[in-house]
Amino acid sequence: MADVFDRVKAIIVDRLDVEEEKITLEASFKDDLEADSLDVVELVMELEDEFDMEIADEEAEKINTVGDAVNYINSKQS
Amino acid sequence: MLQGKNALVTGASRGIGRAIAIELASKGANVVVNYAGSEAKAQTVVEEIKALGVKTFKIQANVANESEVKAMVKEVTSEFGSLDILVNNAGITRDNLIMRMKEDEFDQVINTNLKGVFTCTKAVSRQMMKQRAGRIINIASIVGVAGNPGQANYVAAKAGVIGLTKTTAKEFASRNILVNAVAPGFISTDMTEELSEEQKKAMLEMIPLAKLGQPEDVARVVRFLASEDANYITGQTIHIDGGMVM
Repeated sequence: MADVFDRVKAIIVDRLDVEEEKITLEASFKDDLEADSLDVVELVMELEDEFDMEIADEEAEKINTVGDAVNYINSKQS
Repeated sequence: MLQGKNALVTGASRGIGRAIAIELASKGANVVVNYAGSEAKAQTVVEEIKALGVKTFKIQANVANESEVKAMVKEVTSEFGSLDILVNNAGITRDNLIMRMKEDEFDQVINTNLKGVFTCTKAVSRQMMKQRAGRIINIASIVGVAGNPGQANYVAAKAGVIGLTKTTAKEFASRNILVNAVAPGFISTDMTEELSEEQKKAMLEMIPLAKLGQPEDVARVVRFLASEDANYITGQTIHIDGGMVM
């Protein structure tokens, strides 16, 4: 199974239509990847499906960067 | 016209909701009949729809209850695989003059008629966003535009539905989910049967077409808004009221 970061990256490329090089752990969805708030909600939904988990709204609100998403997923998958 | 589309109509066991469910089915849509209490009547609607040769089933849920609504939408999408059309029709009345209206009467109507639209919209939004397509049609009321004595709760809820329609339309436009409302006037249903003769006479005098509307008059406009013919319409409220409010 691919690394969590790679899987997250693939979803972002697909959803936001951005170049893969731009997707770093530090990249902010809104500032660097030009996602609007609805895009972020949608990304979280996709991540929930991809990783078969439920991300509570309070947790989802804290996901601002690609790294936030990867760390959250890693913390739930042990 | 709607072949292969999957629709959910809330409050579809009678009145306008029933007419909408049957109209959509008659144009080829598979239709889920939601009801709150009238199971036998919902079953009759299901039988009528079955006779039209499309898929259908009934499902009980109180739209004011978010967990019931979530469970309902989950069942619809797992049965049908997609959800293309949501018609938020479920509604109740608890008429009273403001001076006599109890807090509970106000809350019940707001919870079903306004909050119910929110819960159902939210519940289908994930599926429709994924599909990059969807139609939501909210049944408002002309009294939500013009006001009506004795219906403070109902009018507030219906005016709220019109505002909610506009916001939902704006939030989901980028995902090709079109959201519109219809505002029926004086339509012949169980709900309007409850009005007094005096109220009915007063309303007829205000209608340029000088007659009551039929549930089918509303259903046909809803079918239009659900169809490809309405591809460039979103956030609107269409009055179906014989010209009562212009």
